[in-house]
Amino acid sequence: MRLLTHNMLSCNIKGVTNGYPLTIEASKWMAKEVDFNGDFLRNIFVKIEWKVLIEAAKVMGYTDLPVEVDSSMLNSDEFLQKFHHALLEIHVEEGALICPETGRKFPVHKGIPNMLLNEDEV
Amino acid sequence: MKLKKLEGLLGDLDQFSDPKVELEQYPTGPHVASRLIYTAENSFGDITGKVVADFGCGCATLGIASALMEAEHVIGIDIDSQSLDIASTNAEDMEVNIDLMLSDIKGLNWRGPLVDTVVMNPPFGTRNEGIDMEFLKTALKVASRAVYSLHKTTTREHIKRVAIRDFNVKKAEVLCELRFDVPRLYKFHRKKSVDIAVDLWRFVP
Repeated sequence: MRLLTHNMLSCNIKGVTNGYPLTIEASKWMAKEVDFNGDFLRNIFVKIEWKVLIEAAKVMGYTDLPVEVDSSMLNSDEFLQKFHHALLEIHVEEGALICPETGRKFPVHKGIPNMLLNEDEV
Repeated sequence: MKLKKLEGLLGDLDQFSDPKVELEQYPTGPHVASRLIYTAENSFGDITGKVVADFGCGCATLGIASALMEAEHVIGIDIDSQSLDIASTNAEDMEVNIDLMLSDIKGLNWRGPLVDTVVMNPPFGTRNEGIDMEFLKTALKVASRAVYSLHKTTTREHIKRVAIRDFNVKKAEVLCELRFDVPRLYKFHRKKSVDIAVDLWRFVP
């Protein structure tokens, strides 16, 4: 699972109101290189919850993202490369996603998060 | 990528080894899948460089087709873990990167508006009535640009009415009618295979 997917995921247990963002626990992760697309990054930048991305990347040991960001940085190739790496190249392979409200763990196995709910959670 | 080439590549994908009738698992054939994704890109620019979600992805034929058509990010969602295992192998074989997720489509509440386009071949709702419209409802909430979906031609009027009246779509159009070849997968099927007429829909949320 890429961090772009994580950036939009929230806990969907019935009754949970603060299910975003899910905390990542990772025992295994990897980086897979993909082609750089500057236009895509410039477009999606405003839709990304930046703090959530920073925290997620940190779990996987990537700390190069700047804390303060604004749209003028989208002209910087150096910034875009870091953004690209965090958003599209880091993959969570094994671990769990944890609901911030209930502490419910959604396991991640072979890169696939299991978001299925139990009967009493629907 | 040319249509013929896309269709050819999709023909190499593995499909359900043991389809589950309760989930109405029918494979999306290469003919239908390639036309859906090709049209979405070449007529509307909804795939290349976009974030695409494949709802009820099964073995991820549509998701992988999107990735081959150079979608920037693809997420395939299914409720059946065995299908996702096949999807994962298929993606590896095709050397494309797609994210997969084990989840029900019902109740999905992703933060918008990150997904541009949803592509799907939902259950027709023959076994589980109304499931097709559940898929459509959720897809319209998640997608910011467009939803592409396949539905039986016999349900055309119903779908148009519900989409406009209940789901408030800006646009609902049938792009073309396709023949969906459903092979004899289950014991209760009497014929060797059945040709079903399906509509390829494009909805604008």
